[in-house]
Amino acid sequence: MEIGYYPGCALHGSSNDYEMSVRACLSTLGVHLRELDDWICCGATAAHSLNRKLAVALPARNLGLAERDGMDELLAPCPMCSAQLMKARCVLAEDQAFRSEISEIVELKVRGTTRVCNLIQIFQRVGYESIQKIAVQRLEGFRPACYYGCLLTRPPGVVQFDDCEHPSSMETLLKGLGAGPVEWNYKTECCGAGMTMSNESTVLELGHRILSNAAAHGANCMVVACPMCHVNLDMKQSAINQRYSAAHDMVVYYLSDLVGLALGISPDALGIPRHFVVRK
Amino acid sequence: MPRIGVFTCWCGENIARNVDVQSVSEQAAQLPGVRCSQTCKYMCSDPGQKLIRDTIAAEQLDGVVIASCSPHMHLKTFRKAAAQAGLNPYLIEMANIREHCSWVHPDKARATAKAVDLIRMAAAKVRHNRALEPIKVPVTRKALVVGGGVAGIQAALDLADAGIPVALVEREPSIGGKMAGLSETFPTLDCSQCILTPRMVEVAQHPNITLYTCSEVEQVEGYVGNFQVTIRKRARYIDIDKCTGCGQCWNVCPSKKTPSEFDYGMGNRTAIYVPFPQAVPARPVIDRDACLRLTKGRCGLCAKKCQAGAIRFEDQDELVREDVGAVIVATGYQLYEIGRRGEQDRLSGYGEYGYGQYPDVISSLQFERLLSASGPTGGELRRPSDGTIPKTVVFISCVGSRDNAKGMSYCSKICCMVNAKHTMLYKHKVHDGQAHVFYMDIRAGGKNYDEFVRRAIEQDGAHYHRGRVSKITQEDGRLIVRGVDTLAGEPLTIVADLVVLASAMRPAAGVEELAQKVNVGYDEFGFLCESHPKLRPVETNAAGVFVCGACHGPKDIPESVAQASAAAGKVLLMFSRDQLHREPEIAHIQESHCAGCFACRRGCPYHAIDAAEIRDRQGLLVRRVARVNPGLCMGCGTCVALCPSKSADLEGFSEQQVYAMVECLR
Repeated sequence: MEIGYYPGCALHGSSNDYEMSVRACLSTLGVHLRELDDWICCGATAAHSLNRKLAVALPARNLGLAERDGMDELLAPCPMCSAQLMKARCVLAEDQAFRSEISEIVELKVRGTTRVCNLIQIFQRVGYESIQKIAVQRLEGFRPACYYGCLLTRPPGVVQFDDCEHPSSMETLLKGLGAGPVEWNYKTECCGAGMTMSNESTVLELGHRILSNAAAHGANCMVVACPMCHVNLDMKQSAINQRYSAAHDMVVYYLSDLVGLALGISPDALGIPRHFVVRK
Repeated sequence: MPRIGVFTCWCGENIARNVDVQSVSEQAAQLPGVRCSQTCKYMCSDPGQKLIRDTIAAEQLDGVVIASCSPHMHLKTFRKAAAQAGLNPYLIEMANIREHCSWVHPDKARATAKAVDLIRMAAAKVRHNRALEPIKVPVTRKALVVGGGVAGIQAALDLADAGIPVALVEREPSIGGKMAGLSETFPTLDCSQCILTPRMVEVAQHPNITLYTCSEVEQVEGYVGNFQVTIRKRARYIDIDKCTGCGQCWNVCPSKKTPSEFDYGMGNRTAIYVPFPQAVPARPVIDRDACLRLTKGRCGLCAKKCQAGAIRFEDQDELVREDVGAVIVATGYQLYEIGRRGEQDRLSGYGEYGYGQYPDVISSLQFERLLSASGPTGGELRRPSDGTIPKTVVFISCVGSRDNAKGMSYCSKICCMVNAKHTMLYKHKVHDGQAHVFYMDIRAGGKNYDEFVRRAIEQDGAHYHRGRVSKITQEDGRLIVRGVDTLAGEPLTIVADLVVLASAMRPAAGVEELAQKVNVGYDEFGFLCESHPKLRPVETNAAGVFVCGACHGPKDIPESVAQASAAAGKVLLMFSRDQLHREPEIAHIQESHCAGCFACRRGCPYHAIDAAEIRDRQGLLVRRVARVNPGLCMGCGTCVALCPSKSADLEGFSEQQVYAMVECLR
């Protein structure tokens, strides 16, 4: 299976451990990633709250490029990217006049034929059962708290993925691979996302709440599918500990890390040692 | 030469606003066969009808076109007027120039032209009308009531008191329905049991009522006035006549772990049980899935203990036939299943409320059982998880109601009142407790209803927050309810001991199958459809079948009872005549042309077409043809469309008439 791949800024920058993990995992599953040529920003940063036209034009150009290259489907492992791309696709589908205007702005014909998906949806496409069959190692001993954050399931009308307030697709996947995901309370809470730069104290407070709740429900690690969540829970964990005099020692995995481990890929190849909190 | 009269109605301004009535009338006078054309401000009024009667007599009309509103509205009125003037009522046609014209077309010139065309068509049709006589069918003066909740009980008692024998069929082991499980009722806070149980006993003792519990309607055949109903009496494993209801059996039963259906799982029951102390009949039933004797072949303690010898492990399901003239469906409701997302079931969401996961998140019917003196806690309010008395309780409205994304678009109507009642009853039991309500709007329309809600807020101090709850989580044995107060404009978190979800009302399980058996329509949510939302609220489009209670839409007790009495009244009206008169506008099949392909029989939605055998003088079978049962046919015309040999036709709507209407527009 070949699929279009939109890494976005995070996976080529601060979260290249996520890219390593996604690439290693998907290639073992026989999914060939074809990176979108000449991709640009998805618009998740400031554009979407400041300028509607720009917020659509940025992802629309990426969609237009994917169409130009004949990609039926585009994987955006960062949920911010996937949500921006999906939103743009929805807006363009509804409003023909706007679609022509945007096509003119980005100098590309954008029809919205390329579907956009997140990492979990790719695993679903491969099939949980097929993954289980290929898996060589049971994830015994892993009791992850699966953390979806804000954008994987929202807005529900646009992403149309899982139950937006009460998702369970990561749990189902990991349970099938032998892990024992815990039921906990903060699956779809906000981690503070981009506020990590502008308003660190809020991010630390939210992160502390999330980590504490996961631990209180018996989790020994966390699983995310978002680079921003990873930054706020993993990189900021020591700051959280310092601020709240806490002793969090929670390893935060990407979903592809755990799937990759089950597939027998080495932690090094998955980029796991590059996390800030590592299992000793 | 036909002598047709055209009568055009102004309908006050309703028609005249957008249609030039005078011009229409003048143009109608020029149509072929039209003898005279008149107008009247209100044709349905007494002077209007008189005008019709007088003109029919004076001009010796043999066909009449009334150009006014929809025939659903006034066809009967005008037919009656014609009959009084000595004209066969089926020689009347209506041109609907209101709903189909003046109300929907703003351009007066074009609307006027369309009105003339509609009259032209009606005039072309009426030339081919035949004088028809109503069909007379005999009537069995006995009624079937399906469902033994408060609506079914009311309908059955009304009919029985009027001397009509009634068969009352109830699926559960006892009648009483949902109301029997309530603690107290709004807006008077009178005890539900106290007002219902005497009625239940009345049913049991009434000489005119045959009560079938643990029973379901298996099959309904026949037609209005003459239904043959097959009832499946599920094995009860108890001889009701021998049993004295002493209670020895359920006291010794070792299988005690089955969640009680009557308590909505708030308590357990034995395998042999009476659902609740006031059950009618006050006889136990054995749960065949829980009984050790029936599942594993051992135990049998109850039979050893029973001095009356009433236990019958060999009991089998039994089919009983009842012949009735009318059917009242009163199957009631069930609650929306919170948080259970099946593959097919789009009607389930709210997993984030943790219902079924946190024991202290319960539905409003479960809360009723916790309040009820006959409930699992003996009327003391204790929360399910640890039996402590909850000091903070959150009530959430509209769980599943008014929610297109996860539930139903409709309002369940009773929940606002239920919530207000619950906050009061809670405060009356736990004086130092605090009730919170999250609501979208407070809909308390009804006699003394809004006053009741005000009382809950002002006297009993319930805190009402306008907003939704986004999530319920559990921490340290308490429930964290996070929502928003949209009036204060800020997020709100309440730490609660108990959360009660007012989940939406849905029609009871299995109502769709029943509706199909009695040919009654239902909407996308499964609620049964009435014949007309305002003027025929308890009738259905299946003649002789009536609806009442929550199977028709969300309703409270007073409304269900009123509707049940209305349905009983309609049945009594039907039974007041020796014979039933049915409209003669039904299909007939020309048997000399019929090739016997039976496409019509397969297509008929009312099962009104039978196979008839044509035999020669020696009694030898010549061929088989389709024949319409005039008692069942509703005149829908499906058979006419399906018949390849054009042998089927509809009285009063023949192909000749329809073609004439189309032709005249050329």
